[in-house]
Amino acid sequence: MTGDGNGEHDTARRFRDAALPYLDDVYSLARYLMRNPADAEDAAQECYVRALRHFDSYRGPAMKPWLLTILRNVCNAEFARRRKQETPTDFSEHETAAEELPIWQEPMSSPESTMVRRQDGDTIRRLVAELPQPFREAIVLREINDLSYHEIAEVAGVPVGTVMSRLARARSMLRAAWNGAEGAMP
Amino acid sequence: MNCSDSEILLNALIDGELDAGHARDVEKHVAACSACAEKLTEIRDLHHAVSAAGLKMTAPAHLRVRIEKALPLPTARVIAPRKFFQTSRRTFFGGFAVGTALSAALAASLVLTVVGTDQQQTIANEVVSAHIRSLQAGHLIDVETSDQHTVKPWFNGKLDVAPPVVDLTAQGFRLLGGRLDYIDGESVASVVYQRRKHIINLFVAQRLGASHASTRIEAIQGYNVRHWSEAGLDFWAVSDIAPDELSEFGQRMVAALHPAGSS
Repeated sequence: MTGDGNGEHDTARRFRDAALPYLDDVYSLARYLMRNPADAEDAAQECYVRALRHFDSYRGPAMKPWLLTILRNVCNAEFARRRKQETPTDFSEHETAAEELPIWQEPMSSPESTMVRRQDGDTIRRLVAELPQPFREAIVLREINDLSYHEIAEVAGVPVGTVMSRLARARSMLRAAWNGAEGAMP
Repeated sequence: MNCSDSEILLNALIDGELDAGHARDVEKHVAACSACAEKLTEIRDLHHAVSAAGLKMTAPAHLRVRIEKALPLPTARVIAPRKFFQTSRRTFFGGFAVGTALSAALAASLVLTVVGTDQQQTIANEVVSAHIRSLQAGHLIDVETSDQHTVKPWFNGKLDVAPPVVDLTAQGFRLLGGRLDYIDGESVASVVYQRRKHIINLFVAQRLGASHASTRIEAIQGYNVRHWSEAGLDFWAVSDIAPDELSEFGQRMVAALHPAGSS
């Protein structure tokens, strides 16, 4: 007896093999876009369910940017839905609410000696999370998801030139905020 | 290149996105322009700080489980034999053509078979857990060799069975080595093979299950398990390769054992 290898089953298996290894990438981007763990998890799950639905017609690009494009669409759809449903609360360009919510809840397991670097890490996470959406997205796709400019352009649906200026802008904003944060430290 | 548009190019340089010609131009400019040189250092420092911050997150385990459940494969794991039992039972109980005594006897044997299947199921689950453990704990192999004549004697004295070890490299299944493992409280042999980048654990034991001997394949937690019995031994092959490939593996094993007459 050789299993019930029907086509649907095979597709699902091929999809899992190809797509599940990128779960950390999908989840990371979801966290930076959705800004809280529960919403990020919902978005990641929805991303995989949708991706499987379209897997039959998938011909490239590479799996990672393809998944991240779907994730980005899922997040945008969710924001659009909320905006329609209610008056927007805290996901406008001004992220005042972001400061109240601790969005990084992972325990930081670093030895005492790396205290300074750890604080740097925390600060950088916060500063990235506070960037306005297009810049945040660009820097996350570049620095965390490790995509090329061309791939970022595909995911964000903008020309490569726009990606380049967004990244430059994002880094210059981060640098300014970083200098400010460093100056504010005791 | 002039300083007014340098910022974008400096970023692109650090991201390794400039072709050789442009990179040379930018570097030449930076060598001559202290303002841009300083800017380049700042951008590079920030890039390093961001990389060092470890912004990438690990998806929580429960999310992985949740997504795996949301994808259809685990729900599609209706095993062929069980499907057969279920339909048969409905036919037996539904029809009046069969005499009462006969149907009672059949029902009894069905219950027994189903119980047997459940026990097999428990072992199949344990086998998959052992497979996952072997991949996670970095303890895949006790004796590492592609030589079947090294692996086989290694099991001597460690187990009350002599697991057959066959080199299937020519057939696309590379022999990596062997390992002792525990399933259902018993020591079992695991012979480890590799198919492309996928690991296959072949668990061999004297009697892991009941006397159930028919070959079957099923999916558990995203892994495929092929079980068969042969010469008084139970074989469980577990891997994340496709079911047809795992079947091919099983058939190659059996084929390699038979004509050669080794056991």
